[in-house]
Amino acid sequence: MTSPLADFRAGLVAVFPTVAAAVPFALILGQQATAKGLTPAEMLAMSSIVFAGSSQLIAVGLWSMPAPIAALALMAFLVNLRHTLMGASLSGKIAHFGRLRWLAAFLLTDEAWALSERRAIDQPISRTFYFTVALTMFFFWQTASVLGTVFGTYLEHPEAWGLDFAFPAIFIALALGFWKGARRSGPVLLASAVVAVVVHATVPGAWYVIAGAIAGIAAAVITAPRATAATDAKETTR
Amino acid sequence: MSIDPINFAAILAMGALTYFTRILGFLIADRLPKSGPVRVALDALPPAVLVAVIAPIVMAGPIEAISGLVVLFVALRLPLIATVAIGVAVAALLRLAFL
Repeated sequence: MTSPLADFRAGLVAVFPTVAAAVPFALILGQQATAKGLTPAEMLAMSSIVFAGSSQLIAVGLWSMPAPIAALALMAFLVNLRHTLMGASLSGKIAHFGRLRWLAAFLLTDEAWALSERRAIDQPISRTFYFTVALTMFFFWQTASVLGTVFGTYLEHPEAWGLDFAFPAIFIALALGFWKGARRSGPVLLASAVVAVVVHATVPGAWYVIAGAIAGIAAAVITAPRATAATDAKETTR
Repeated sequence: MSIDPINFAAILAMGALTYFTRILGFLIADRLPKSGPVRVALDALPPAVLVAVIAPIVMAGPIEAISGLVVLFVALRLPLIATVAIGVAVAALLRLAFL
């Protein structure tokens, strides 16, 4: 086990690139929110209470006065449904958090989840590591989205700067850490990628992440060596 | 600095359903068997989700596909922050040159 200070430093080092990637989008979010007539206080409330980037960006796009409450809430639910899959995977790895798991769940983002899963390959996820990553993201997301309500106009075309490519770059780099050889990982990646691309092109909304993920885990189960299943069965009956 | 009650209600509703998606996975996982096919599925979940997020982005066009490939090779050698910086720079330069 590592010391809390070492975990704190590891958390800061791990989260730094994702903060650098998230800040421009938080600034744009703030700017878009202002254009829709939302106040800085409302931006702060949304970033603190919802704290889920892509659903917030879409929400601001859909926002009108008075706010379409049901449509916004349903959209947030569908866009964030991928968190359910992430939580199911992370749950056992942070079981030792105790009641802090419910706070950990509130702070769960794609980035905090991916960094923690990557860390779990090498060592257990400590409370210090998880909350350093998650709270740092939280702090910078609040601050930058509120600053964006004031300064966001200067960053209107993030794609010209390649900034929209920061998140995929992070996720590609993290995904490499899960490679377990072509035999085990090949079918998972292929099924997930093909289904995600097809669903993304044919079905509106955020279903492609769920569909791709389910295809990937289905491929894993179908192609899993039978010996593993037999060993597991023996262990459970023992 | 003010908060409109209807806007705040919408924010609360979004927040409540978002939190529900976040705890739902924890609640489900506590009731799942810890071995067999379910274990295999949960182990495969992280790369499956990551790839499902990435694939449509890198398949969006040739610039994204090339930038994605560059990132893939760079990530094998360099730390995350350098990988991200190079990925962003490659995407920006390709767009500058071809768009």
